[in-house]
Amino acid sequence: MSRYSALGLLRGALTGHKHWQPAWRDPEPKSHYDILIIGGGGHGLATAYYLAKVHGLRNIAVLEKGWIGGGNTGRNTTIVRSNYRLEPLHNFYEFGLKLWHGLSDELNYNVMFSPRGAMFLGHSDADMVKLAERGDAMRCDGIDADLLSRDEVAKLEPLLDMSRDARFPIEGGLIQRRGGTARHDAVAWGYARGADSLGVDIIQKCEVTGFVRDGDAVVGVETTRGRIGAGRVGICVAGHSGHVAAMAGLKLPVESQTLQAMVTEGVKPMINTVIMSQSLHCYISQSDKGGIVFGGDPDNWPSYAQRGDPSIMEGAVAQGLALVPALSRLRMVRTWSGVTDMSFDGTPIIGETPVPNLYINGGWCYGGFKATPASGWTYAHTLATGKPHPLNAPFALDRFERGATIDETGSGPMPNSR
Amino acid sequence: MMQITCPHCGPRSQSEFVYGRTVDSVVALDAPADQAMTALFTRTNPRGPDDEIWRHTYGCRAWIVITRHRVTNEITATRAVGSEALP
Ligand SMILES: Cc1cc2nc3c(=O)[nH]c(=O)nc-3n(C[C@H](O)[C@H](O)[C@H](O)COP(=O)(O)OP(=O)(O)OC[C@H]3O[C@@H](n4cnc5c(N)ncnc54)[C@H](O)[C@@H]3O)c2cc1C
Repeated sequence: MSRYSALGLLRGALTGHKHWQPAWRDPEPKSHYDILIIGGGGHGLATAYYLAKVHGLRNIAVLEKGWIGGGNTGRNTTIVRSNYRLEPLHNFYEFGLKLWHGLSDELNYNVMFSPRGAMFLGHSDADMVKLAERGDAMRCDGIDADLLSRDEVAKLEPLLDMSRDARFPIEGGLIQRRGGTARHDAVAWGYARGADSLGVDIIQKCEVTGFVRDGDAVVGVETTRGRIGAGRVGICVAGHSGHVAAMAGLKLPVESQTLQAMVTEGVKPMINTVIMSQSLHCYISQSDKGGIVFGGDPDNWPSYAQRGDPSIMEGAVAQGLALVPALSRLRMVRTWSGVTDMSFDGTPIIGETPVPNLYINGGWCYGGFKATPASGWTYAHTLATGKPHPLNAPFALDRFERGATIDETGSGPMPNSR
Repeated sequence: MMQITCPHCGPRSQSEFVYGRTVDSVVALDAPADQAMTALFTRTNPRGPDDEIWRHTYGCRAWIVITRHRVTNEITATRAVGSEALP
């Protein structure tokens, strides 16, 4: 693989840009791999990259039923942060945030990580207490968090409705300045190119349709491109976790729901940070192209449909317009949705399953993009060694029967209560 | 948006209804721990039809059972919750 550089661009400019090569190969599947990863989203590709890079393994394949990054990785609102209240969560996401800060260099691929600040608004005294508590918990573990006054919020985002009779009056906020956004596609492509250059086979248009068993143990998969043998198999399919795990007879603590997002026409810079809220489910940021990216509540019923309900969209937009009235002048140009894997405590699952040789990475709910590097790193560790990394040990699949759930929002054991 | 036929009120917009849980996740009061655990914390979550308990929250407020396809949203059956919904 040739390195991308300014000099390469210049050379291309002088030679009619004829020297560019495909960023990854398109190999035929081999009959056997040491490690097979099901799902070519950011998580699956990052896992393959770190298996090769950190653990020195080479005989690895990623199987993707469509095209890489075509799932939630290519559909999300790209918010990256580690501002969680609970220790296992903020430590895991903070490990990831540190990787984000060096990711473009690591991959020699511009993932356009933009640490513009991730800000939660507080709308009441109760909100401010919760934000302060969360910020304190983070700072105890050395993670940056600054509580903001009303005036400080207004200075950061002058277009917020700060009036006293606003629909959602703003009392203050909590900002993580090292958080921000990244370019979702580039994350999938960067990890794919890196993994491919280390010998990983990325096999697209290859849907896993069943597992090959020897007794209890999984020893391979059936796919639309034939049977492929494997030492260890890692499920990494986000919204399709339940569907794929069922092929191995597993019933997961996950229910799939639709989550929507939408974007307006491009305008000059008007939103500086990523705006979120402690009370509302509405998040707003401005893409590098200028579009205002909106997200809101999940469609609160089970679905694999990858298309959302307009009433949910209306709710997100109503909240967004109440916060930033100037947005009412913009036209929405696109809306889309993805299938999210809502877990029963809102926390991901990374670890072994009761089936020998079969591992699971899922339950990301609506927040797994930010986890991509940390998820890949810890899942690679788990797949290479057969044991959890200390950072993903709390995310074991059996935590529900042990009563060791990790419920960040404290909203109880229902996937539709997040 | 879906239209759900409430067995008590007739066809109504989906926004009047709230999803609760699946029929197989209702726990019998005397269920052994492992069965209660499975019902409470896991779901079949099929990429196909499932029996779901919804509530006509902004209508007659009754709980109802609908059989709905999770990809096409096609509803093939709606019925009132009777004693047969309980395990
Ligand atoms: C609208 C929306 C907004 C979001 N916003 C944010 C956000 O702002 N910040 C954040 O951190 N997270 C966000 N998320 C969540 C985030 O996108 C996901 O948690 C994350 O991208 C999951 O990555 P993944 O690689 O696990 O899954 P995916 O990218 O979905 O990859 C899974 C892949 O598995 C493939 N697959 C499925 N079944 C099979 C099979 N049988 N055989 C082979 N391949 C299969 C799929 O085709 C897919 O490509 C959002 C999600 C959505 C839908």
